[in-house]
Amino acid sequence: MYNFKYQRASSLDDASKAAAAAEDAEYMAGGMTLIPTMKQRLAQPSDLIDLGGIASLSGIRRDGDALAIGAMTRHAEVASSEEVKSAIPALAALAAHIGDPQVRNRGTLGGSIANADPAADYPAALVGLNATVKTDRREIAADEFFTGLFETALEEHEIITEVRFPIPEKAAYVKFPNPASRYAVVGVMVCQAKDGVRVAVTGAGPSVFRVDAMEKALATKLSPQAVEGIKVPEDGLNTDIHASAEYRAHLVTVMAKRAVAAAIG
Amino acid sequence: MSATGIGAAVRRKEDYRFLTGNGRYLDDISLPNQSYAYFVRSPHAHATFTVGIEKAENAPGVIAVFTGADIVKAGLGGLICGWVITGKNGEPHKAPPHPLLAVDTVRHVGDPLAVVIAESYAQAKDAAETVEVDYQPKAAVTSPTAALDNSAPQVHADAPGNLCYDWEIGDKSATDAMFNKAHHVTKLELINNRLIPNAIEPRSAIGDYNSGTDEITLYTTSQNPHVARLVISAFVQLTPEHKLRVVAPDIGGGFGSKIFIYSEETVAAWAARELKRPVKWTAERSESFMTDAHGRDHVTHAELALDKSGKFLGMKVSTVANLGAYLSTFATCVPTYLYATLMQGQYTTEAIYCEVKAVFTHTTPVDALRGAGRPEATYVVERLVEQAAREMKMDASDLRKINFIPADAFPYQTQVALQYDSGNYAGSMDQALKLIDYKGFSKRKEQSKAEGKLRGVGFSAYIEACGIAPSAVVGSLGAGVGLYESAEIRFNPTGNVTVFTGSHSHGQGHETTFAQLVSDKLGVPFDNIDVVHGDTARIPFAMGTYGSRSLAVGGSAISKAIDKVIAKGRKIAAHTLEAAEEDIEFKDGNFTVKGTDRTMDIGAVAFAAYVPHNYPSDELEPGLDESAFYDPANFTFPAGTHACEVEVDPDTGVVDIVKWVAADDFGNIVNPMIVEGQVHGGVAHGIGQALLEGCQYAPDSGQLLTGSFMDYGMPRADVFPDIEVATQVTPCPHNPLGVKGCGEAGAIAAPAALVNAITDAIGASNITMPATPEKVWRALNAAG
Amino acid sequence: MTVTVSMTLNGKKVSADVEERTLLVSLLRDHLRQTGTHVGCDTSQCGACVVHVNDRSVKSCTMLASQVDGADVLTIEGLAKNGELHPMQEAFRDNHGLQCGFCTPGMVMSALDLVANNPDPSEREVREWLEGNLCRCTGYHNIVKSILAGAKAMRKGG
Repeated sequence: MYNFKYQRASSLDDASKAAAAAEDAEYMAGGMTLIPTMKQRLAQPSDLIDLGGIASLSGIRRDGDALAIGAMTRHAEVASSEEVKSAIPALAALAAHIGDPQVRNRGTLGGSIANADPAADYPAALVGLNATVKTDRREIAADEFFTGLFETALEEHEIITEVRFPIPEKAAYVKFPNPASRYAVVGVMVCQAKDGVRVAVTGAGPSVFRVDAMEKALATKLSPQAVEGIKVPEDGLNTDIHASAEYRAHLVTVMAKRAVAAAIG
Repeated sequence: MSATGIGAAVRRKEDYRFLTGNGRYLDDISLPNQSYAYFVRSPHAHATFTVGIEKAENAPGVIAVFTGADIVKAGLGGLICGWVITGKNGEPHKAPPHPLLAVDTVRHVGDPLAVVIAESYAQAKDAAETVEVDYQPKAAVTSPTAALDNSAPQVHADAPGNLCYDWEIGDKSATDAMFNKAHHVTKLELINNRLIPNAIEPRSAIGDYNSGTDEITLYTTSQNPHVARLVISAFVQLTPEHKLRVVAPDIGGGFGSKIFIYSEETVAAWAARELKRPVKWTAERSESFMTDAHGRDHVTHAELALDKSGKFLGMKVSTVANLGAYLSTFATCVPTYLYATLMQGQYTTEAIYCEVKAVFTHTTPVDALRGAGRPEATYVVERLVEQAAREMKMDASDLRKINFIPADAFPYQTQVALQYDSGNYAGSMDQALKLIDYKGFSKRKEQSKAEGKLRGVGFSAYIEACGIAPSAVVGSLGAGVGLYESAEIRFNPTGNVTVFTGSHSHGQGHETTFAQLVSDKLGVPFDNIDVVHGDTARIPFAMGTYGSRSLAVGGSAISKAIDKVIAKGRKIAAHTLEAAEEDIEFKDGNFTVKGTDRTMDIGAVAFAAYVPHNYPSDELEPGLDESAFYDPANFTFPAGTHACEVEVDPDTGVVDIVKWVAADDFGNIVNPMIVEGQVHGGVAHGIGQALLEGCQYAPDSGQLLTGSFMDYGMPRADVFPDIEVATQVTPCPHNPLGVKGCGEAGAIAAPAALVNAITDAIGASNITMPATPEKVWRALNAAG
Repeated sequence: MTVTVSMTLNGKKVSADVEERTLLVSLLRDHLRQTGTHVGCDTSQCGACVVHVNDRSVKSCTMLASQVDGADVLTIEGLAKNGELHPMQEAFRDNHGLQCGFCTPGMVMSALDLVANNPDPSEREVREWLEGNLCRCTGYHNIVKSILAGAKAMRKGG
């Protein structure tokens, strides 16, 4: 990688000041995407601001009818948290299958969603569970947060501080992993909450999306059969050496069906 | 059997150092004043170029920048191919130049054209970005069949039509005659997918020059350091052989990819002399993907003719093999003598004809990879046989059984040059049927069906030819080298033993197996024996490790040296014990006068040999140090049957391997633990090929699409079931140990077994490897 | 631009001055000459470089040296005590859980993190845990067997 200036921020304020002062700063959370990208010389920040030292960004707590998870909370912590396992077991299970154990020991919730990889798992959790992203500046609804391929609503140097997940009645996430990278070829989060049913799909398109027709059908009856006949259009879905858009569209239905079965199971 | 002798599952000697982080792999070595090399590589599959290095030369830390022109100026030759194939037309194959660094044309993505040498690796890599290359991209071709098209871009001006050779074996008219009288003909179009070797240790090298002695030492990740020395001396003409030492230390896996002589290590050796400083290069994984010689990549049309009873009458095979952009060291023999000569399989097929067109494309060179030709042959034979059984509505194991070469028919002359020496094919098949509980299959299939899954079973009755030999025969077929192996057994005065072997261990556990052999035969305690390999300055001239030859050929050389030690020891003992030589018996490490208790152990004999105070000096030299070369009389022919069961999820096309059994015949076995491990690893490689792995290039641009572990599907632990391994023994009749070799069997057997099981499960006649979920799902949809 | 990184490595305090872009694995191998930790890829997937940082397994090719300043780092070199193999190392040896040995340090370090979290893993759990560790030699068969045996030995306090 190219050289850079490394700074370890001790507070949010410290981090944003350092970022503002730098020529071309990049925040680093877990570094699980950023470091490999820099190793391949595809990113060249002048300053790398490590958020790993900001204690207030980590932690999991119950906040009324929601779980609040700090942005720097590692996937392994979410996966093994008793709080998460009892309140939203689907979220713990999703976190338990991100990457590999070593990625889960380093990778963070905030880093993952800020990167907005089209094949990442967390975007499906945020949108499917109707979460809210808190930053050092504002709150952003998950539906508005992911805006495209590796694109989010975050502004320059804005820092995610926490994600608030409302506790659903039922939820499950099922993914079809890429045999090489093990990222999601298709991952579907199905969630039934007080305000309705949500179906969020990651991996299939350039960014996480909801399937309106499935949500409507499941609102009537939360059963696998309800989504069986619903196919998302192939147009706009990803095609790559691992899966065509046609196959991904098919998998969305299969994974949704399985997620519903798991949610009611 | 002793606890450490032949047949014992001895724990490995080498493991302590590997388990404690004390292995000495190439990149672990650093020499004083070492510099670092980084290669500038083509991002294009095909382009002409000019290069400017001035900026790079002035970049921080840069010591030198060399281009292809510098190599030409230095008078170095290019890389060579060590096996000349003579085509149907009687002409030798086309062998276009393979420069160490491209001079004006690059022919595959990753083709090196310059090297930057700097004080640190990071500086070399930084400076490489400032090398100014002006590329004129040209049209590229990556598919072997497309390369034969009249309009295809040409890879080399001196290989018209991209053809390296058009070769044949077998009796064409006899085969046609068999097809004319056939009751049934089964036909298949088969693709043997291109694989990337991916030993977990990337290739690496350090060149080191001693100005005082004018000797170059090349540390390199090689399976055969003497072959590397020979090529770099005699063909590249870097320096005479006696001035070049090649050291291959602990190597992190080879699988064939570290047989070959590559540009990078050769350039590192040369640059070290130019700069009078050690030059180190270690591949990044992305470089490994682009430059380690790939494997397989065949397109084949195959037909099997059967009579009414299912007896195989004839087989016709036509293959196009992709050799990549340049001829790698042994590329040409893989799709010919290591492939077509195995078309007999385990069967009595009466006539066989096989033709092979080998072509150049704008891709990474292709050469031997675990199995090398034999997996491709087994895939052709065993896919055809399984498909024929389905078309003839016969049981796949029964059809095989009626066609097996009987156990009493050896030696058996095949229709494709080889003479099989021994085997019991029906025995292995029966073993496999029992292990997989074939009788219970239909019940299990019903069970799976009730759970919404499709179950299938598949067999692969494979045969391989290992320990390629004898030298005189391979020489007549175009090989540029001999195929013997060397060994030396050196007793030290205190009675412990150093064994020098020409075989190279890069995972096979030779330090253990060979020590078992010596301990068993000479009665020296296992712990008092060390095995040395991988250094041309220490071991006799040797051919190295590939083609499952180490025990059959290298072990046999050790065995010959053991015999010489015993013969000399007998003389020394006779003298000391004051007996006639013919009255001395050797057993369990003791030389004893027949029928008496007068005895001396081999340690005492060694001491007497090195401290020859009471010694037959007029007829014997002092010392106990014997060497031997062994040139086998024939190949060895490991064979067996693998069987597997799969469950396919019809909703997604995902294949779950639920059971795998391997019934192999490797002849005698020295260390069953190591042999089982070799089978597991081979099977995993074969499953990888059938299910996950497949190198892909963009057909138009020639870009490598599977250039990292993110896109190239490597088998992981959760892919595999428990693998059940069983063996039977028909000893090899022509080597002193009766051994056959086991390193490649799994990789040879597995792809056909798995694809046979998958096609059985989904009711399709064919599916292209790797059988990815989407392909399986599509095949299911097509089958309705 | 260099930084000084200080840490506890295998129980000993060490420090080194490195460029800021230096990876943890390079700090270990190139600067501290602890070459038991290996590099097998450049996309954080092969796992040959797995070490423990503050008792958790990480890929040392995907951490900056700067990030371990003040941390406790354990590598393969730190496992055997007085020449006695750790029970997990011993299990790999007993069960032929290694061939070329290149992936082995990462496998062992990864296995130890599994057992720390799950002292009695099932075969399936072991196989899934190894998602981040590639081996080309063994087909994983004997690695899985080794880890199960190593976990058992560790439960017994072996």
